[in-house]
Amino acid sequence: MQKLLEVRNLTKIFTLGSFAARTKIVAVEKVSFSIAPGEIFTIAGESGCGKTTTARIILGFEHPTKGEILYKGQNLQYPGNRKAWFKEVQAVFQNPFETFNPLKKIENYFFATVYNYGLAKTRAQAQELIEDKLKAVGLAFAEIEGKYPGELSGGQLQRASIARSLLTNPSLLVADEPVSMVDASLRMSIVNLFRKLRDTLGVSIIYITHDLATAYYISDRIAIMLRGNIVEMGTPEILVQPRHPYTRILLHSVPKPDPGVKDDAPVRILEEQEEYLLEGCKFAGRCPEALAICKHRPPQEKIYSDGTMVRCHKYS
Amino acid sequence: MNLLLRLENLKAGYLLRSPNGCKIIPAVDEVNLDVLNNEIYGVAGESGSGKSTLLKAMFVTAVEPPLRIFGGKVYYYPQGQEVNIFALPEPEKKKLSWQYISYIPQGSMSVFNPTRRIKTTFLDFFRSHTERGEKELLETTREHIRALGLNPGVLDAYPHQLSGGMRQRLAIALATLLKPKVILADEPTTALDVVAQKAVIQLLKEIQKESHNTVVLVTHDMGVHANITTRMAIMYAGRIVEEGPTQDIFKEPLHPYTKYLIDSLPRIGDKQVREGVPGNPPSFLNLPAGCAFHPRCPYALELCKKETPSLVSVSAERKVACWLRSGR
Repeated sequence: MQKLLEVRNLTKIFTLGSFAARTKIVAVEKVSFSIAPGEIFTIAGESGCGKTTTARIILGFEHPTKGEILYKGQNLQYPGNRKAWFKEVQAVFQNPFETFNPLKKIENYFFATVYNYGLAKTRAQAQELIEDKLKAVGLAFAEIEGKYPGELSGGQLQRASIARSLLTNPSLLVADEPVSMVDASLRMSIVNLFRKLRDTLGVSIIYITHDLATAYYISDRIAIMLRGNIVEMGTPEILVQPRHPYTRILLHSVPKPDPGVKDDAPVRILEEQEEYLLEGCKFAGRCPEALAICKHRPPQEKIYSDGTMVRCHKYS
Repeated sequence: MNLLLRLENLKAGYLLRSPNGCKIIPAVDEVNLDVLNNEIYGVAGESGSGKSTLLKAMFVTAVEPPLRIFGGKVYYYPQGQEVNIFALPEPEKKKLSWQYISYIPQGSMSVFNPTRRIKTTFLDFFRSHTERGEKELLETTREHIRALGLNPGVLDAYPHQLSGGMRQRLAIALATLLKPKVILADEPTTALDVVAQKAVIQLLKEIQKESHNTVVLVTHDMGVHANITTRMAIMYAGRIVEEGPTQDIFKEPLHPYTKYLIDSLPRIGDKQVREGVPGNPPSFLNLPAGCAFHPRCPYALELCKKETPSLVSVSAERKVACWLRSGR
């Protein structure tokens, strides 16, 4: 398998507190995965699991404490290379109302991106390029021309945000919770748009979400993260046949859109800080199947013949 | 019928004043609704459909400018007697709110004062409603927290030491402290993780089961509705377009909008292509004439563009506002 992006042993440690009383939070711990061209890769998990930190490191907004990110085998991420990197990797953010400054016309964002990257020489050329990308997301230039963000709906804004990210012809889009702020009636059309862009432009997408149902719907591969670790990774079938107890609990918590199935088994929540500080498996505190070893030693990866990776003492 | 709350032709909206004159945003338009005893009533709809405004209008003391009531009536039924809440003097209104009906506003996990311990907020709330000693109040609070399955130790914590899920559950505990008959909850699960969301849903369910009161739950998440509500209403552009038992609505949605909402839900284990609703949600400043959904509706008739359908009964328990179902 040819790799577009490879993340190796990525670790990010945040230090909190004053000089005297420091605590370290390991937000991302030894995360490794790779993405093939034209693949939709989902990172799913609860808030605080490190999925956004991983995305921010890939986008170059944060420096990793350890580990590296290779793009087509090359490390592009470090100072001096930023522009080349952003040309290839673009972001789509969570809240379309916050992506754009409410006092600035939307078209300005498009022209600014075009000129920043020197994608067109004249305004006419720039407009042609912009119109082309807007068409790809189902908008027309006339719809955004001269308009401020407040005049468009959330769905239109999110489409505009995606169109802007496509201007540089990136090979990878990093979309952090792109549909969680979009109205229910428009959510599926945005999700379908990602799939269409992948099919027509061959762009790879890192889709970050806590919504397992849409993750199952569009992804080629899914990684489930827990407190900085990937605990299970494989095809969307890991959501149908989950191996890791955490995946099972996550799935169990998703409200089923079917009033006939009402299930009332209780769930347990541990306070965040406690889990970051656990020495062994971070899930040991609320795992229904925890063994004695789980609390002391972090589990090793186990890779199955179908490519699924599980990190759990039960299987190793 | 065992009524707890009734809305009659309720009209509420926001009055915006600007140098160019006044604008009215009709966020709730002619809503008729009965909430019965011992049920979980859901209100679904996308953002800007007026569902939060409806909830504020139900909890009359939450109506503050620029929100205004333009018409209609709200009835409460304390001790089985019908009371027109708008006709009551202010102190009586205040007395009914929190004791008869309570309200969990959106983002209520941030209601706690960040500089004080959780228990201070509980005591403040208690003191403004009863006149008992602090020790007694604290004991009642502890018992209440324990009854909800939470650890009373959290009362000594500061809000920032607790997770969002825990704070949300404490906000629910606060709103149910005086054992109200009706609990209005506005998006209590939004902004929470799936696991925390499940815990909050379970808590609401348990409270309802234990004390046989009524929860009115507003959320845009159809999965949550399927899971917890017994009856539900779908709102679109300030009007209720469909109402009925949740199970029946999911089985056979009558309004085209409801059908889209339910069909577009992806399910794990099913890769079938799902479509979103075509078009864009309307703006309250410029609502389409006739049925507000007609520009997005694939079945729209000529009539839909001219006249607004009203919510009519189509069977014993179900109502729908659609010309396709009611005809002329």
